[in-house]
Amino acid sequence: MNGASIRPLSRALTRTSLPWRSSAPAVISRSRQYSTHPANAKLNLPTDYSTTPLLAHSPESALSNPELPPEARNGTTKRMNLFQAINDALSTALAEDESVLIFGEDVAFGGVFRCTSKLAETFGGDRVFNTPLTEQGIMGFAIGAAAEGMRPVAEIQFADYVYPAFDQLVNEAAKFRYRDGACGRSAGGLTVRMPCGGVGHGALYHSQSPESLFTHIPGLRVIMPRSPLQAKGLLLSAIRSNDPCIFMEPKILYRAAVEQVPTAPYTLPLSKAEVLKQGSDVTIVSYGQPLYKCRAALEQAERDLGISVELIDLRTIYPWDKECVFQSVRKTGRCIVVHEAMVNAGVGAEVAAAIQEDPETFIRLEAPVARVAGWSIHTPLLYEAFNAPDVASTSPRLLRGMVVAC
Amino acid sequence: MAACIGTIDVNPGPADFTSTEHQHPRHGSSISQRPDSKHVMFPGALKSAFSNTMRFEQPSTYPALPTYRIVDQHGVVVDPSFSPDLSDDEVVKLYRDMLAVSIMDLIMFDAQRQGRLSFYMVSAGEEAVSVATASALAKEDVIFCQYREQGVFKQRGFTLNDFMNQLFANRKDPGKGRNMPVHYGSRELNIHTISSPLATQLPQASGAAYALKIQRMQDPSVPPRVVAVYFGEGAASEGDFHAALNIAATRSCPVIFICRNNGYAISTPTLEQYRGDGIASRGLGYGIETIRVDGNDFWAVREATKKARELALQDGGKPVLIEAMTYRVSHHSTSDDSFAYRARVEVEDWKRRDNPIARLRKWMEARGCWDENKEKEARDSIRRDILKAFSEAEKEKKPPLRTMFEDVYEQLTPDLKKQMSELKSQLERYPDEYDLADFEGGRDSLVK
Repeated sequence: MNGASIRPLSRALTRTSLPWRSSAPAVISRSRQYSTHPANAKLNLPTDYSTTPLLAHSPESALSNPELPPEARNGTTKRMNLFQAINDALSTALAEDESVLIFGEDVAFGGVFRCTSKLAETFGGDRVFNTPLTEQGIMGFAIGAAAEGMRPVAEIQFADYVYPAFDQLVNEAAKFRYRDGACGRSAGGLTVRMPCGGVGHGALYHSQSPESLFTHIPGLRVIMPRSPLQAKGLLLSAIRSNDPCIFMEPKILYRAAVEQVPTAPYTLPLSKAEVLKQGSDVTIVSYGQPLYKCRAALEQAERDLGISVELIDLRTIYPWDKECVFQSVRKTGRCIVVHEAMVNAGVGAEVAAAIQEDPETFIRLEAPVARVAGWSIHTPLLYEAFNAPDVASTSPRLLRGMVVAC
Repeated sequence: MAACIGTIDVNPGPADFTSTEHQHPRHGSSISQRPDSKHVMFPGALKSAFSNTMRFEQPSTYPALPTYRIVDQHGVVVDPSFSPDLSDDEVVKLYRDMLAVSIMDLIMFDAQRQGRLSFYMVSAGEEAVSVATASALAKEDVIFCQYREQGVFKQRGFTLNDFMNQLFANRKDPGKGRNMPVHYGSRELNIHTISSPLATQLPQASGAAYALKIQRMQDPSVPPRVVAVYFGEGAASEGDFHAALNIAATRSCPVIFICRNNGYAISTPTLEQYRGDGIASRGLGYGIETIRVDGNDFWAVREATKKARELALQDGGKPVLIEAMTYRVSHHSTSDDSFAYRARVEVEDWKRRDNPIARLRKWMEARGCWDENKEKEARDSIRRDILKAFSEAEKEKKPPLRTMFEDVYEQLTPDLKKQMSELKSQLERYPDEYDLADFEGGRDSLVK
């Protein structure tokens, strides 16, 4: 194929043969000009997805998840990465409900991140198809299809390119039910998937994490899964939900995060946070990829400081599970919110404000709520390692939180 | 805009790549150039002949697309092949719909001026476009309007009470008092509720049409249906218009795009809106069957829409574009004084020269099914009915206050329940600061 005349999709397809497929990511990353931490860093080590307790490395740990329905818990599991788990959920949705449609740019051949692999072949080109290159068109089309009773799952190829669709999302999808009133129609069948977040070399237009632009919009549900198991259950919930859902997939996890995923279909609850680790001295609230950094940071802090840290995954970022966060902070008295997106007017601001606004939680606060997030800048190519939250930026906050309290 | 790089390497960590098999997109062989071919075989233009003359195409050398008409300004039939497909009674019914809309417009415009209504938009001069197109559609067809198509609602069975309840945002308004006046909607009549942003309805119509197409594929017992979507020539400058036509063409959606080209987008005349041959020329660019009609000719609009519906259902579905040429006799809305940007005499000339209602009336009178007495009786009774519906609707209570929190999500969220009770306490604390008298149930509706 002559790649020069067409957008270079072929690079994604030939990548498996490249040498960096093997391990030792730090060294190879540097050779590929990724923005990473130095090889001799002590805190900012590369996330080891093969050992992190945030992923289910054995079938037993996957099946012991109490949120799973009995059919899934008593079934089998399969090792999947994030894109495979997404693919599994999409495939399930297409098979169980003929009103499900999947479309977007380059979706038919499997998608640039392989999330829609084999779906067009299996379920036919009428239900899984390419659209022209127009995000506003994709979104308007999806809303219209949803309004006429379908369950469209529209893909925006990168969250960085969702802005042309912003009007359709904010003024149409979010308001459809409200505007229609007693007529009762809505765009609730709509789910919008989009890869988001940094991967070390995505720069200004392949790194953004614009969730807070959507958490400001009543009517939308904004979801970001942390792992393959979570992604499958949350995506199926989003597709079945009668509210329009924005489903943001941290693209760095597509291949990196691998875990045992139940093979049976299952859903996980929306607007419900999950306590990933119990603790008594400080609460970390996060979602998506930074959870892995938080997990490493809290291990470091627990080791070095002898403190006990609670870790919460919001999962649905709006409407979010305030009660879960409040209960935790009432117990620990301290809270740090961690996200990759810019700190200004981000999710951290909302969580911090809600905590201090709740009288019962506020009186239990022993330290100001802290935010560890991206600087208020765009996402520059070479500087990602200095911008995104990491262990070195999170763990001292834990320390400082403790000091302030003493 | 949009994904320029197309893909990005994600995480070089110790992940499982084994399942990512190589998949080669189509090789170029199927579109490769054969030796001595007379035609271009590039993938993007399969039927283009080679030329050894360098020539830039001049839009001005192409004749403007013709405007189809059946009946001229004098009510005389100019298409010899035309024979009306409606009984006299049916034509009279549609004529009365046009009349009702125009009379309602005058009354409501004045009511707004008297301060009894917050806003209104009239459709004077464009009654034929909405009533005649709607008359050629099936009841099951799905419609998306812009905001100047009250004739569509009227023709499909929206009652005067329905109009008035929405305009006064009373407790009988299905929009539950949330929308500005003229943002009508009806599930029963398959018309989606009007949304103020221009052109957003267009790609939605493409998607809705695709839904209808798929539903019929999945269940052949469903009757064949199309979507009709209305917009003005100004809205056609929005990106959504282009996205909608392109996506409808590529996905073969049974949708009729109906442009009301009325010469003005608020104050902006068409000369400052576009430089091509109207909106119709764009349909061809997207590979869409297109017709331009005289929008003041009821019969031409109706016949064109009838044919468009037939086309839209052929070959498994396809889009059709109708550009109806007309003139916005009225101001844009009650917030607009159009004499600030166009001469009063221009408007008066238009009104005198041509009017869709007058034209159909002349045709009906020539046919012998209408006369001065019937006209007077119709106008009087329509006016009476409107004023009756007006005063009933004006007297109705407003919807309950809790309505403001509902329908944001399918179910009230914990946050919204909390906010509702916060508002209730606020109203209890400051009873003199808020006027609750009109709202059904007062502040007591704000319970979980």
